[in-house]
Amino acid sequence: MADSVTHLEALKRLAPPAELNRAPVVEGNQGLGWITDKLSTFAEGKTPLWWWILFLPAAFAATVIFPVCLFYQVFTGVGVWGNNHPVMWGLDIVNFIWWVGVAHAGTLISALLFLTKQHWRTTIGRMAEAMTVFSVMMAGLYPAIHVGRAWFDWFMFPVPNSNGLWPQFKSPLMWDVFAVNTYLVVSSLFWFMGMIPDFAILRDRSTTRIRKTIFSALAMGWTGSARQWHNYEKAYVVLCGLCTLLVFTVSSIVGLDFCTAQIAGWHATIFPLYFVIGAVFCGFGMMLVILIPLRKWCGLENIITKSHIDKVAKLALVSGLIIDYIYLMEFFIAWYSGDPYERWVFGHRLFGHTYMILGWMLIGINVCVTQLLWFKKIRSNLVVLFIIGLLINCGMWSERFVIVVGSLYQDFLPANWGKYMPTMWDIGLYIGTLGAFFMLYLLFVKFLPMIAIAEVKGVLPEADPHHPLGGAKKGDHQ
Amino acid sequence: MSDKIYGLIAEFDSPAAILHAAEKVRDAGYRRWDAFTPFPIHGMDQVMKLGNSLVGWVALAGGAFMFLNVAGLIWFTNAFDYALIVGGKPMFSAPMTFVPSYIMLIMGGALGALIGMLGLNQLPRLHHSLLDHPRFALVSRDKFMLVIGAQDEKFCVTETKQLLESLGGTHVAIVEDKD
Repeated sequence: MADSVTHLEALKRLAPPAELNRAPVVEGNQGLGWITDKLSTFAEGKTPLWWWILFLPAAFAATVIFPVCLFYQVFTGVGVWGNNHPVMWGLDIVNFIWWVGVAHAGTLISALLFLTKQHWRTTIGRMAEAMTVFSVMMAGLYPAIHVGRAWFDWFMFPVPNSNGLWPQFKSPLMWDVFAVNTYLVVSSLFWFMGMIPDFAILRDRSTTRIRKTIFSALAMGWTGSARQWHNYEKAYVVLCGLCTLLVFTVSSIVGLDFCTAQIAGWHATIFPLYFVIGAVFCGFGMMLVILIPLRKWCGLENIITKSHIDKVAKLALVSGLIIDYIYLMEFFIAWYSGDPYERWVFGHRLFGHTYMILGWMLIGINVCVTQLLWFKKIRSNLVVLFIIGLLINCGMWSERFVIVVGSLYQDFLPANWGKYMPTMWDIGLYIGTLGAFFMLYLLFVKFLPMIAIAEVKGVLPEADPHHPLGGAKKGDHQ
Repeated sequence: MSDKIYGLIAEFDSPAAILHAAEKVRDAGYRRWDAFTPFPIHGMDQVMKLGNSLVGWVALAGGAFMFLNVAGLIWFTNAFDYALIVGGKPMFSAPMTFVPSYIMLIMGGALGALIGMLGLNQLPRLHHSLLDHPRFALVSRDKFMLVIGAQDEKFCVTETKQLLESLGGTHVAIVEDKD
């Protein structure tokens, strides 16, 4: 007896101190049934007022501003935008890269954190995946209309045609077509497959015939049998692995579009990495912007806990620091190369009077504001985090502008120099895509399971057959 | 056994209880049975001796198929059907084909994983006898159910029912086969 007491005390001494214990995935947990009710009610209940207040302007932008700007540009030509010699890549490409960037953090949170067994990802993974799917849709649109004659978009696909022509596969621009399309398809598949068990939950809970029919069709007859879960888990791991590869591939290829060009400011081997990390950083900013209000308005404070937001902020800090390092390297290499054109471009990013505001916005936000995330006080203040999230999105947008336009407007020959100013059609289209993104997102939040209910339940202690809360008795090991 | 019976269903309250029951059902010699749970249960694969899922192989096949096809397509289009000189580079070389082929490998692998998962799970299906059982909807909520199929050689309504009850299963009931 005495032995076992001393043994117990020795064990207690070995146990980690309280502050090292992991934060629970769900706070105030009252069991599996409670979680199911809590997470399904928003998709089932009455539509709240805030939803309409956000939805109507977003829907207006998506269904009025967006098609007007789109059709006017397609019918008239790319000239309605500010794009002109020498800046042939304007806001269309800036926004393309920005939207691809927003997409990346979603996949990273959902797929990479699954592979590294971060249980907290279950609560925000679905929302992150939805962000990915919708922003890739917006991103994909830009190159399709940027080509000028959108009705010839099919030239980009290897379709046999009467001209006997094929796409030219040595060009990274061609690789981009494949990358973005694959990203859209794979992230949609991943998103959809993750939702199948949750569709079954909504099917089983449905009270009206129409809901029952819709969710039965979406759940495809899912029963949750051990054999189904067995195959499902395997497929999920495979998809996570493939999606993680995509995070590093898609933006790399976008980066290759730039670094194969000879333009000073673009022709650098760091670009693939630069674009991947920039994308991830921007996406974490968007994640903060989306999560912080939604958790409050949907009453999900116990599910998307402050600890989860804190972790997203830490990830934003990490990616921000890598971005800062890359900025430093870019400037250093431009100076070290001794190439006068490189030096000119990088000097003019900060001190050329045309776009210096954007250059300093980039430094001010991506380098300086990001450092605020070191402080725990800042990371636990949700209002400040929300503002930082918005700022990161602005900072990354200005970074893309600086890279695209800032390198093009003053190239090798001063006779070629020019200025670029976006027109109202550029800006209108951007507002339209923002509206379309938020409209789709709000529809997703309202009608689909916005939190992976089955996954959250699966990481609770109640789900562990070897945990007392999971029904395990003392000494019950197998 | 009667054609009208799909099987016997029993309900459990915790993952540990159903895992324990599953072990006993397996040890009793039943073969056509399955556990229905709101989430995958750690250890159930071993108890049911499911081995390694074939989904990974389907994904690999999908990925390899796409990779080789796209590499072949690039050779056909840019080096054979309409040979194109770009920047004095060879008509066909591994680096130029790698990126699109690799991207499509991811596409093929992802499609393979989803189709493999659905195929091996016999989804989508329009109907399943269990979905008609009034208490089965609780599986997606917080209950754990074990079903022994009437097709099993050892199945006997009375004896199987006794076994399930002795394992702590509640609401043991017959599920009708309506398919």
